[in-house]
Amino acid sequence: MTELAATDPLPKPKRDIAPILLPIALALLVIPLIGSTSSWLTLTAASLAMGMMIFIMASGLTLVFGLMDVLNFGHGAFIAVGAYVATLVLAPFAASVQADSLWVNLAVLAPAALLSMAVSGALGLIVERVLILPVYGQHLKQILMTTGGLIVAEQTLYALWGPQIIPLPLPASLRGSFILGDVAIAKYRVLAMLVGLAVFIAIQLVLNRTKLGLLIRAGVENREMVEALGYRIRRLFLGVFMTGSALAGLGGVMWALYREQVHASMSDDLTVLIFIVVIIGGLGSIGGCFIGAILVAMVANYGGFLVPKLALVSNILLMVAILMWRPRGLYAVTSR
Amino acid sequence: MMILSGDPPKSRVLTLVLVLIILALAATPFLFPGAKALNVAAKICVFAALVASYDLLLGYTGSVSFAHTMFYGIGSYAIAIALYGMGPNWAAVATGIVVGLPLAALLALAIGLFSLRVAAIFFAMITLAVASAFQVLASQLSWLTGGEDGRSFQLPELLRPGTVLISRNLFGFEINGRILTFYLVFAISALMILALLRVVNSPFGRVLQAIRENRFRAEALGFRTVFHLTYANCLAALVAASAGILNALWLRYAGPDTSLSFSIMLDILLMVVIGGMGTIYGAIIGATIFILAQNYLQSLMGVASKAASEAGLPLLPGLLHPDRWLLWLGLLFIASVYFFPTGVVGRLRNGGRDKSAGASH
Repeated sequence: MTELAATDPLPKPKRDIAPILLPIALALLVIPLIGSTSSWLTLTAASLAMGMMIFIMASGLTLVFGLMDVLNFGHGAFIAVGAYVATLVLAPFAASVQADSLWVNLAVLAPAALLSMAVSGALGLIVERVLILPVYGQHLKQILMTTGGLIVAEQTLYALWGPQIIPLPLPASLRGSFILGDVAIAKYRVLAMLVGLAVFIAIQLVLNRTKLGLLIRAGVENREMVEALGYRIRRLFLGVFMTGSALAGLGGVMWALYREQVHASMSDDLTVLIFIVVIIGGLGSIGGCFIGAILVAMVANYGGFLVPKLALVSNILLMVAILMWRPRGLYAVTSR
Repeated sequence: MMILSGDPPKSRVLTLVLVLIILALAATPFLFPGAKALNVAAKICVFAALVASYDLLLGYTGSVSFAHTMFYGIGSYAIAIALYGMGPNWAAVATGIVVGLPLAALLALAIGLFSLRVAAIFFAMITLAVASAFQVLASQLSWLTGGEDGRSFQLPELLRPGTVLISRNLFGFEINGRILTFYLVFAISALMILALLRVVNSPFGRVLQAIRENRFRAEALGFRTVFHLTYANCLAALVAASAGILNALWLRYAGPDTSLSFSIMLDILLMVVIGGMGTIYGAIIGATIFILAQNYLQSLMGVASKAASEAGLPLLPGLLHPDRWLLWLGLLFIASVYFFPTGVVGRLRNGGRDKSAGASH
């Protein structure tokens, strides 16, 4: 062992860059297969936008598991609730939504998204207190309780809004595409990418640059130790749970606008996608979740373009391949 | 008590209820005339076996699988596709069984081995993902499965309603192919439940329980937990596929809604939790309560919803609408996981004394 002088900087932990290279390699690999650069660029932009939206929805789930070992099968409910709440704002202000001015549109969209986040976050508080608090440390019961919560939430949405699909048209200024030469990139996808990146950077800054983030990361690695140092990890966890729920709500609004419709069953399909992302990324890892979301979106988009039949099972194949390579996900954060 | 594998219900009330259910099921064709009662009884039989096989996983090994309907669906589709393609004869029935059961077991083996390679916590998520992919696959491969419409088929001559085996004037009841099919479903379901009872009370079943309680310790004692868990998965898949075969034979149809949809998975979960995890008998009780409620309580809800809307109450008509009955079941589900983790059977067996004991740790 080499001796370190007190003034020497601490040895840097080795950076694990293989997972980061994975989506880049995948994107480069498919260029010859797709053939035309313009469709490749369009597909890549679509993948990145879809990946960012999935990341926003999945980030909360992975942190919740990492920090408190809680498996929330009802995470999809927050997504649907967020989307439905957004219609409450967007439907009465349809005129402003259809106004052909970016600022007027955003002036409606932003409050809608904020309200969705607030409602989802509040719902997260209730779910954590009522459903999860009594079953800490018991995975089986957590899965059962949160699955029950998902059923109840979905059925309540049906009871309140009815079973029909609610159309949610995109604001006028976000429709259409930016045309660069012969490459068309939908405007809304650019917005989705920007929001997703902002969320990712914000989470990374909070986790890596603040005391709160330090406590969360410490809690993920060793819960008992943080408790022993006198911090109330339950309260910390409640905060993370509510933030995760609010982010799921935000993701729900964005996804609903992307699909231009709202339906309570959207949570079912997305739950599966999010689980795959969280498993691929490694439970508890934000970076892994980010890469996993992009990978899943890339496989869905490239796969759908190249081999449409394969798109049905492509996510499963991706998951199998990644877990064969790294059985605990791309970045294994927890020792559990 | 040999037939119950030395694991009797152990409660007078429970024994009485079970005997009543089984007698009522066996006598349904004679006691309750009409197609609906017979349909309900057949469904109870099929689901009792299906839920019992799920109990082997959830209650005895403590692993939550969301892929159980997939195996159920494999059985249903195997027999449906065989009878649809080869025509209504016994060779087709045999083909369906010979193809369906090994397919289900192989898939269970693959999922089991793959999940065991990764962290145990992933099992529920992986099964959910695989099951949803399978569901999409089944609805997309419409040349084989009939897509969203499913496959309707005809049964072999002997099992058709038109086949009169014993005519009316002998006993006052007509025994036709339909009733014969019902007893086929009843007998095979009963056999499967008895077989599962045998499995969980064997040394193998004890090891499963040991794994549930403390996997690390079971492994330290020298049991190969990988082998035991995979074996239990395959067994459960086989019984589920057989239940699927019975269901398809009874309905003369296999489609995504009757055999693959996620809502069936939720139904199974509800039944096993309400009946009581880790008891096998709970499956019979849970399936009976649930399916009776599904078929008869829903119409009551319709009446209540109508009354509420006529009284001009806000919100209530929507909440009480028959389509929303899953809402109330979901609430019941949460309440029973929380307050009665051992379900009806656990309650009856313990007389409510020991609330915390049971399958859920």
